[in-house]
Amino acid sequence: MKIITAIIRESRLDQVREALIDAEIERITVTRVSGHGQQMEPAIHRGKKVVPNLMPKVRIDIGVNEDFVKITCDAIIKAARSAKGGKIGDGKIFITNLEECIRIRTGETGGEAI
Amino acid sequence: MTIRGPKKCVWLVFVSIAALLAGQGALWADEVQGVGVESEAALNATIDVDAAVLEGAGSGAIEEATVEIDSGATAWMLTSTALVLLMVPGLAMFYGGLVRTKNVLGTMMHSFAAMGIMSVLWVVCGYAMCFGENVFGGWFGWNSDYVFLRGIDTSIMDAGVPEYVFAMFQGKFAIITPALIAGAFAERVTFKGYCVFIALWGILVYNPLCHWVWAGDGFLFNMGANGAIDFAGGTVVHISAGISGLVAAIYLGSRRGYPKTAMPPSNLVLTMIGAGLLWVGWFGFNAGSSISCSLVTAQALTATQVAAAAGALVWMIIEGMHQGKATALGFASGILAGLVAVTPAAGVVQPAGAMALGAIAAIACYMAILLKNKLGYDDSLDAFGVHGTGGIVGAILLVFFIRSSWMADAAEKAGGSWSMAQQLGVQVSAVVMAIVYAAVVTLVLVVLIEKLVGLRAKPDCEMAGLDHTYHDEYGYGMLNPN
Repeated sequence: MKIITAIIRESRLDQVREALIDAEIERITVTRVSGHGQQMEPAIHRGKKVVPNLMPKVRIDIGVNEDFVKITCDAIIKAARSAKGGKIGDGKIFITNLEECIRIRTGETGGEAI
Repeated sequence: MTIRGPKKCVWLVFVSIAALLAGQGALWADEVQGVGVESEAALNATIDVDAAVLEGAGSGAIEEATVEIDSGATAWMLTSTALVLLMVPGLAMFYGGLVRTKNVLGTMMHSFAAMGIMSVLWVVCGYAMCFGENVFGGWFGWNSDYVFLRGIDTSIMDAGVPEYVFAMFQGKFAIITPALIAGAFAERVTFKGYCVFIALWGILVYNPLCHWVWAGDGFLFNMGANGAIDFAGGTVVHISAGISGLVAAIYLGSRRGYPKTAMPPSNLVLTMIGAGLLWVGWFGFNAGSSISCSLVTAQALTATQVAAAAGALVWMIIEGMHQGKATALGFASGILAGLVAVTPAAGVVQPAGAMALGAIAAIACYMAILLKNKLGYDDSLDAFGVHGTGGIVGAILLVFFIRSSWMADAAEKAGGSWSMAQQLGVQVSAVVMAIVYAAVVTLVLVVLIEKLVGLRAKPDCEMAGLDHTYHDEYGYGMLNPN
C-alpha cells in the first residue's frame, strides 16, 4: 500500500479530480496548503509586482494498493501539468509506503480497507 | 499566479468610454460659459425673490417659475438614493456567498462592475433615454439636454426635489437591474463579455422599459385609466432581469458538471448579510419611489416590511414541511420573494394585501425552483426563480388588493367606471410586453456578444474559477498563512 501525496495548482483541482474519477479513483482527501518550491511567478497588487513567499496550493492525499499507483500518478500528472509541456509551479507528487489502513466502521485492515 | 498583460478588448471598452467622455468634454467646454451665465442669472433671480419675500411683498405679484425645495422630501430622497445603492454591495454579498469558493470575487465583481459601468452610462445617456420625450414612436425617450445631465444643473422638480436627486435615485435602479441578471449565469461567464453585455443591455432593454413604464409620456405609464401599476420596478427591474437571466442562462448552457456535481455555497454567512442589506435597502427602493415624503411613502414602507416578513415566514414553513428543516438560505430567499412581489404593488396595496402578495410569492418562487430542478436548466442563483417569478406574481396579483381610493381615482379618470378586470388586463399586457421585449432583445445580445466578444467561459477557465482566470486574485486568500 502507498500514500500518494500530490501538491498541485489550485486552478487545476477540477481537472485532476475529473481525471481521477475517470480512472475510477474516487476516494480522496483534499487540503488547501501554502508552500514554496521553485515557482517565482509574481502576482500584481495595485500595479506592483509582488513575489509571494508562500503560494496557495492544493494538496491531494490518496491511499492506494500497489496496482493503482501508476494509474493514479498518471492521471494526476496528465491533468495537473500546464498546457504546452508544463510550467514551473505545476507541483510534485510524493509516494510513501503505507504501513496500515483501518476502516473505522468495520475494523477491516490492509488492502481491503483502502 | 501569472502576470496577465491587460487584455486588449477590455481596454477597448474603457478607451471607448474615455473617448466618449473626452468628446463630450470638448463639447462641454464650449458651453461652459453659457451655462455659467445662466446659472448665475438663476441664482440672482432666486436672491431677488427672497429679498422680495423678506420685504413682505404679500401682494401676490411674485409668480416666479422656480419651485421651492421641499427639504423633507429631498432629505428622504437623498436617503433613499443611498439606500438603493447599498443594495448593490448587498447583492454582491448575497450572490458571492452562494457561489463556489473559486468564484466569489468574480461574482461580487459582477455587481460592483455594474456600479461603475451603469452609473457612467446613466449620466452619459441613460437618463436622457429614460426620461426624455418619446422618440422612434415611443421606443425610448430622448432629451439632449439630459446628456451628461447638463440641463438639470439648477432644476427643481414639481415635487420640490432637485432633479439631480431624482436622476441619481433612478440611476441606482439602472445599476441593480443588470446586476440581478448575473445570478442566472453565475460562475460561467467571461468578465469582458459580461461588461459588454450589461452595458448594451442597459441601453437597449432597461432604458426603453424604464421609459415605457415611468416616463410621463411612456405608453405603459398611460395605458388604461390610470396607467399600468409598477410602483417601484416589478416590471422594469425584476421581470426584465429575471426573464433576461433565464434566456441568457438557457442560451449559454449549464455550468460544467451541473446538475451531477454538487456546487455548494462558499459562505452562507455572507449571503445572510447580503440578504439583510437588501431588505434594508429595499425601503429606499420602494418607499423612495413615491418621490415624496408623504402618506404614500409611509404606505409603501409598511407594505414592504409586511411582504418581506410574510414571504420569509411562508418559505420557512414550506421548507420545514417539505424537507424537514428550515434553512437559512430558504429564509433569505423568502425575504427576497416577498420584497420582489411587493415592489410593483407597494404604493397601491394595504398591509393585508402586501402580506398576501408576500406569501403567494414565496409559494410561487419555491415551486418555480422545484420546477427548475425538474426541467434541468441552470439558473445558477435563481435570478428567474425569485425575481422573474416574484415580479410576475406581484405585478399581476396586485390587482386583487388595490386600495379602493386608487380604483375610485382610476374610475374618475376613465370618466365613469373602472373595474378590477380592466386593470387586470392592463397589468397582464404590461407584463407580457416586458417579458417578450426583454427576452427577444436579450437573446439577440447574448448571441452577438458570444460570437463577437465571447460570453461563455472556456472549460479550463470555468474549472479554474472566475477569480483566478479573470482577476488573478483570491476571494478567500486570507485563509492562507501569508
